[in-house]
Amino acid sequence: MSIEWSAEATLTRPRVGAARRRRAWGRLAIHALLVLAVLALGFPLYYAFVISTQTIAEATASPPRVLPGSHFWTNYTEVWHRIHMGRLLLNSLIIALTVSVGKIAVSMLSAFAIVYFRFRGREVVFWMIFVTLMLPVPVRIISTYKVISDLGWINTYAGLTIPLIASATATFLFRQFFLTVPDELSDAAQIDGAGPMRFFWSILLPISWANIAALFVVMFIYGWNQYLWPLMITSSEDMRVVVTGIAAFVPTGTQLPEWNLVMAAAVMALLPPIAVVVAMQRWFVKGLTEPEK
Amino acid sequence: MRARVFRNPWLPYVLVAPQVLITLVFFFWPAFESLRLSLFRVSPFGDRQVFTGADNFTRLFTSADYLQSIQVSFVFALGVTFLTLASSLALAVLASQKIRGRGVYRSAMLWTYGIAPPVSGIIWLFIFHPSYGLVPYLLSTVTAYELNWLLEGRIAMLLVILAATWARLGYGVAFYLAGLQSIPDSVLEAASVDGAGPVRRFWAITFPLLSPVTFFLFIIMMVFAFFETFGIIHAVTQGGPGNATTIMVYKVYLDGFVNLRLGLSAAESVVLMTMVIVLTMLQFRYTQRKVFY
Repeated sequence: MSIEWSAEATLTRPRVGAARRRRAWGRLAIHALLVLAVLALGFPLYYAFVISTQTIAEATASPPRVLPGSHFWTNYTEVWHRIHMGRLLLNSLIIALTVSVGKIAVSMLSAFAIVYFRFRGREVVFWMIFVTLMLPVPVRIISTYKVISDLGWINTYAGLTIPLIASATATFLFRQFFLTVPDELSDAAQIDGAGPMRFFWSILLPISWANIAALFVVMFIYGWNQYLWPLMITSSEDMRVVVTGIAAFVPTGTQLPEWNLVMAAAVMALLPPIAVVVAMQRWFVKGLTEPEK
Repeated sequence: MRARVFRNPWLPYVLVAPQVLITLVFFFWPAFESLRLSLFRVSPFGDRQVFTGADNFTRLFTSADYLQSIQVSFVFALGVTFLTLASSLALAVLASQKIRGRGVYRSAMLWTYGIAPPVSGIIWLFIFHPSYGLVPYLLSTVTAYELNWLLEGRIAMLLVILAATWARLGYGVAFYLAGLQSIPDSVLEAASVDGAGPVRRFWAITFPLLSPVTFFLFIIMMVFAFFETFGIIHAVTQGGPGNATTIMVYKVYLDGFVNLRLGLSAAESVVLMTMVIVLTMLQFRYTQRKVFY
């Protein structure tokens, strides 16, 4: 018995040791690859930051300098004043918040109506919302611009946000979620004499928070990163958003190549949406990948 | 089944009203207008319209410029799609290995979802800048090759593809991570016991099991590259050099907004609409997932 045991032990121990070493090397290789990948992904942002801290001479020097300079504060305050960064960021924030909150509110209400009521035209409404998936802004751009200008909404927050607020995606997400809510809940609410809106506020809304948070991240980024729409709907400097504002700031042919300032503007435009994704990462992943369940 | 239904003659209509109103005014009406205008020859300010039937479409499909923009769009879309899918799959597989700190690695990849495509474009424009950029500098010191995207269409295309891919990697990684999580460990362990190495396990099990995610991402990325990348082109290359990066969406803008050829631009919108309908149908035919813009 003991002989058998020790024989087996001597037979297997070296093999286990080798396998363990192999696995340790494997893990080290994976760590190395991951670190490399993460650095590669982060490099353009790092490079933009580095350039944003240099003087013009350093930023346009050859060979390019890849270490931070001393002009961080000077450049950032310069950009802040030069292209009215505060105003641009505020506009972007207003638009991102209005679009994300608006999309969530509007689609939650429609999904509530579609799931909890049987009304004439319910199918038609559902299909109308579905079809909007096939009409992204760029394919109806000229005519939508005409509608906005007929409404007198050029250079207004309404023009910048309201046409972006319908959302088939969010409506479907809430519809799917409401369909999984047990019937007993609405049943009990009705027996207790609660009306539909009372049920919506007191029961449906509180249990939807996870979905709302998830959608919020995705829709906030969508709103913040809009480019074509603000470009067309705004002509006054005051109504520009940060993404279009910095594109207009890129030096062309004859201008002084102030790439250090452009990169400072780029970093300022990128950090808010990235911060939202990082802070709400758990929800963002859920918001992207859960709806199909 | 009937239990979840509330009874109210007018409330459901009030609930769907905001969404339906936005959909009608900003989606259906403009889409209908585009369809109508595509059959007319329109004077630059829209005041005179002459019905010309399919003339705009005939002109489009016999115009070398338009045919080139179709080709450019496909090269761009397929480039962005394949590069994003391949790199996000590789990143997700690495980040889902059972190692310490994989949560940190994941965060260090997912943040890229927050990058606004046009801002990404501006940063890559600087990295590729013919006089100050890092990439042309490194290339010219190593190979004496002068990289200049302003002169060479293919380099400009590479630049916009890289910019779009960088801004979209976080999205692909999120979906692949979710897909990888749904593959049961037992399947991979069984293959491991049968002597399949990591490479074999990946191609024989993981990759086929991920094919629904891959198909879904393929459609999503094609839609993204076709319809959501206007900002990159506008901010970086303005379609140049020599139309080498004039994708179809950018051409709609050029013809409709810059050259004021409204009928032609409307016809281009109709072509794009047909494309997005085909892509959406494919997606709904083969997956149950919903589209995200």
